[in-house]
Amino acid sequence: MTTTAEPTALEFGKARTRKEDARLITGRTRFTDSITPTGTVFLHVVRSPIAHATITGIDKSAAEASPGVFGVYTAADLGAEGIGLPHVWPLTPNEKAPQRPLLAIDTVHFAGEGIAVVLARSAAEARDAADLVEADYEPLAPVLDMEAAVADGADLVHPSLETNVSDVWVFDAGAAGTGGDVDEAITAAEADPDSVVVRRRFRQQRLIPAFMEPRSAVVDPTGEQIVMYSATQVPHVLRTMTTATLGIPESKLRVIAPDVGGGFGGKLSVTPEELLCVVVAQKLGKPVKWTETRSESLLAAHHGRDQIQDITITAKKDGTVTGLDVRLLADMGAYLELVGPGVPVLGAFMFNAIYKIPAYKFTCTTVLTTKTPTGAYRGAGRPEATFAIERIMDELAVELGRDPLELRKQNWITHEEFPFTTVVGLTYDSGNYEQATDKAVELFDYAGLRREQEERRRNGDKVQLGIGISTFTEMCGLAPSRVLGSLGYGAGGWEAASVRMLATGKVEVVTGASGHGQGHETAFSQIVADQLGVPFEDVEILHGDTQISPKGLDTYGSRSLVVGGIAIVKATEKVVAKAKKIAAHMLEASEEDIEFNAGQFTVRGTGQGKAIQEIAWAAFTGHDYPADMEPSLDSDAVYDPENFSYPHGTHLAAIEVDTETGHVDLRHYVCVDDIGTVVNPLIAEGQVHGGLAQGIAQALFEEANYDEQGTLVNGTFVDYTLPSAADLPSFTTATVETPATSNPLGVKGVGEAGTIASTPAIVNGVIDAIRHLGVREVEMPCTSQRVWRAIQDAQGKATRETPIDTHSPGAGLGSIDPNNPQGEVQ
Amino acid sequence: MIPSQFDYVKPASVDEAVQALVQAGEDAKILAGGQSLLPVLRLRLAAPSVVIDLGGIPELRTISDDGDRIAIGAMAPHHDVLRDDLVKQHVALLAQATSTVADPQVRHRGTLGGALAHADPAGDLGAVALALEAEFVIAGTSGTRTVTAADFFVDYFTTAIGEGEILTQVRFPKYTGWTSHYEKFNRTAQAWSMCAVAAALRIDGGTIAEARIGLTNMGTTPIRATGVEQALVGQSATADAVRAAAEHATEGTAAPSDADAAADYREHLARVLTGRAVLAAAG
Repeated sequence: MTTTAEPTALEFGKARTRKEDARLITGRTRFTDSITPTGTVFLHVVRSPIAHATITGIDKSAAEASPGVFGVYTAADLGAEGIGLPHVWPLTPNEKAPQRPLLAIDTVHFAGEGIAVVLARSAAEARDAADLVEADYEPLAPVLDMEAAVADGADLVHPSLETNVSDVWVFDAGAAGTGGDVDEAITAAEADPDSVVVRRRFRQQRLIPAFMEPRSAVVDPTGEQIVMYSATQVPHVLRTMTTATLGIPESKLRVIAPDVGGGFGGKLSVTPEELLCVVVAQKLGKPVKWTETRSESLLAAHHGRDQIQDITITAKKDGTVTGLDVRLLADMGAYLELVGPGVPVLGAFMFNAIYKIPAYKFTCTTVLTTKTPTGAYRGAGRPEATFAIERIMDELAVELGRDPLELRKQNWITHEEFPFTTVVGLTYDSGNYEQATDKAVELFDYAGLRREQEERRRNGDKVQLGIGISTFTEMCGLAPSRVLGSLGYGAGGWEAASVRMLATGKVEVVTGASGHGQGHETAFSQIVADQLGVPFEDVEILHGDTQISPKGLDTYGSRSLVVGGIAIVKATEKVVAKAKKIAAHMLEASEEDIEFNAGQFTVRGTGQGKAIQEIAWAAFTGHDYPADMEPSLDSDAVYDPENFSYPHGTHLAAIEVDTETGHVDLRHYVCVDDIGTVVNPLIAEGQVHGGLAQGIAQALFEEANYDEQGTLVNGTFVDYTLPSAADLPSFTTATVETPATSNPLGVKGVGEAGTIASTPAIVNGVIDAIRHLGVREVEMPCTSQRVWRAIQDAQGKATRETPIDTHSPGAGLGSIDPNNPQGEVQ
Repeated sequence: MIPSQFDYVKPASVDEAVQALVQAGEDAKILAGGQSLLPVLRLRLAAPSVVIDLGGIPELRTISDDGDRIAIGAMAPHHDVLRDDLVKQHVALLAQATSTVADPQVRHRGTLGGALAHADPAGDLGAVALALEAEFVIAGTSGTRTVTAADFFVDYFTTAIGEGEILTQVRFPKYTGWTSHYEKFNRTAQAWSMCAVAAALRIDGGTIAEARIGLTNMGTTPIRATGVEQALVGQSATADAVRAAAEHATEGTAAPSDADAAADYREHLARVLTGRAVLAAAG
């Protein structure tokens, strides 16, 4: 038996640095692209530069003759014309769901869609040959604008569907019996002089997940099982869906997600490239590798958000909200992504947020366009919902002449009212909005900043101050399987775990959650160390390989801790129960008299005891154990939550707007989040920081733009403007703790909190800074130009907006004109 | 990302480099710091047959006092320029503008000569060289010639450097005792300038005796705002006087329109930023 360190105080709550960081930060680890089995053939996808066109011919001859090329294949060459990518979240039985082929067959439906693949001895040769594939196109009308796309007589993305409307999904609280009829509420408010009706349209711009590691897949068909390595956040989903789609027995495919460099929902997919690698590897009998460039990632990996939100809120003049109507147009792009239509629908249950809203209706129209498909992106549906409700609460406050924070307070669920069943029928188990808000207000110096704002307005300062408020809650921890089933989702929401006590007392924990940067290995080790009373260092977390972790539903929707972590707890409880039996046997005591504490099984009232490591050794040798059990402590658990968890928080932003230039400066940001109990405060804070940066980026920086032809103009990180640390202030973050009552750890989830809450806080702050100049809306991202123009418009100064040439020199990559790249480049 | 195939040459002297360039013909590209060329190669926006790397010629990196001028080797990295005592003392505006270029990694790799020869109108250093009346020393088969900044910048990405020629040195007159400021406006901290203004002033007894103003990204080349300069001379640097002078900032400009800024907004920025740059320079 090896020696083990003494377990010290509880690991839970300890701000440990992450055990995975040494290998990640030094680059010592292996990502998918670092894996190259002997004999690997490299795949490059030839992509359409045109959004919508008939393919009239593809001349492969020059490419086929290029050095090192094994073959150039279209869908027809691969016999893959009948294969459609999986889409697992149909909203209704009437959904119009165009089948997405692995490669465009006769028609391309978005710029970036693959039309052929080149296979070569090296990635460079594949890339060179791809330039030699000559495709001819007959352009068709691009379909870019959602409102035009749903109008009668619109150009159609898929003429066989006879419409661009994929589906209309409605949740009506009145019809569901969970609340009042919103049409009645609006009619009543309109007729009532003591009520107001506020209508606003908000736009959720298109975003790109922009994970750090580009997508990559390696498929090795040379063994008995096909082995697929992929930079995915969903190896289990990928395995099931790949085999179901391609007709391979599930037992014949092993999927490995090695260390994965971020996902943010962008790797919650089953991609054409992954399936193409399988198909081609089988055809050639050789390992096949595909790794995308950043430009390919921006162009062809699924995008996020992209909604038009028409929101109507009704309220009594005393501030009591009486109804909320939500109508969405959600851009699905050219095809329905794996979970694409489910994303806006996840928001359906969150527009009512933390408020007591008696009447509610949600109508979502999913629209097909000739753009890159949209799918999961950090927060998925909930940021959109939070943005809309928090923006319109500010608008309502202005309408009523109320302080926006006071108005929120008047309408939110008070802490005495939990558990509270909302207008959509969800039961919030716990929360304390007063506590989080009070702490945020104090840390922010809300009153002091309001005074400063007043002073600057009075002085007509060039730089005006705005205060942005956002409160939020989210349904986290996806999810109860029955609920997902009722929403039409094709799978469940449980998670699996196994705990293996090794002979030497070390512990292997297998989880079906598939971390890709979150810090699971550290947080899960802390939980297990406490549960089993073993040192943190003695716990090994195994995941991300379907051979090691055969059962799981992966990582997204802030579910890893809340569902996967609880599965681990349940498995450790079984280990302890088994160990207790063996301990009683060894100590010749009755099981009822055995106490377990900090890794020691002791006979109550005596000094006699056995460490869990000794029990593990006894179970391993099998020399002496109770007759009614097997000689093993190993245990499995599958945990299916009964409810979501509901983290919440209050975020406050102090925003300075330079009214001369329109420049927005985020001066100070305070957030107080209630994420339940916290396993590792350092990791939780990191998640909040990253989430804030991502949410602030939507408010101020990021936008995927298409030109009139349907070409994405953000082809590099020069044009797709991600903020860096230099663009963001030092955040003030804090937590308060109202433990979740829905799980034994009291945890709620933190992965999406910052992203969900921060976007409306920023935009509310920008508008608050310049509302006195007459501005009431600035579209996201609130760039300096947009803010300046909004001020000019509000002041009645017409601006002469010159046509924008998105390809003009000065517009992009070192001001390179892609159409004329000549010039002295040094 | 994988560039097209090219041959790579790393000459040890300027003469060798010129020879290599002449030999390679018009399909050659010169590699200085690579901060513009490499992205362009990787995106296959350029596919030269030969890349001539000037990184093996140490004398191109020196910065020296050349009497009434500071002579900066074309291959001096931005990082060296902005920390150089001679530059800080005599050409402070160049040091200030250089410190705003991209991020520290780029500034360690990228070079003054490379940036100027690339002649991107959104680049920060062209406006400085133009406003400060720098001279450009260009080597070719028949020796060297000197070109003024006014003649150097011809068009988008186009300079007076001819075929078979290499920029070897940039000489800045000494502006000892002048005050200066570079006012930059961009979308994110490390992005290219949407618009920027380079300003240097000689103030004598509270009055602006001389002014040099250059504009970044307001046309196909860097632009000298002579109207502003003339309006400033003889004025005291009060907010009103400066603002009135800054109204001349858009004279002779041809502002581009792109997704970040349409021309009218850029013109507005040019006026506002000129005022701010001059006031900041005046202290």
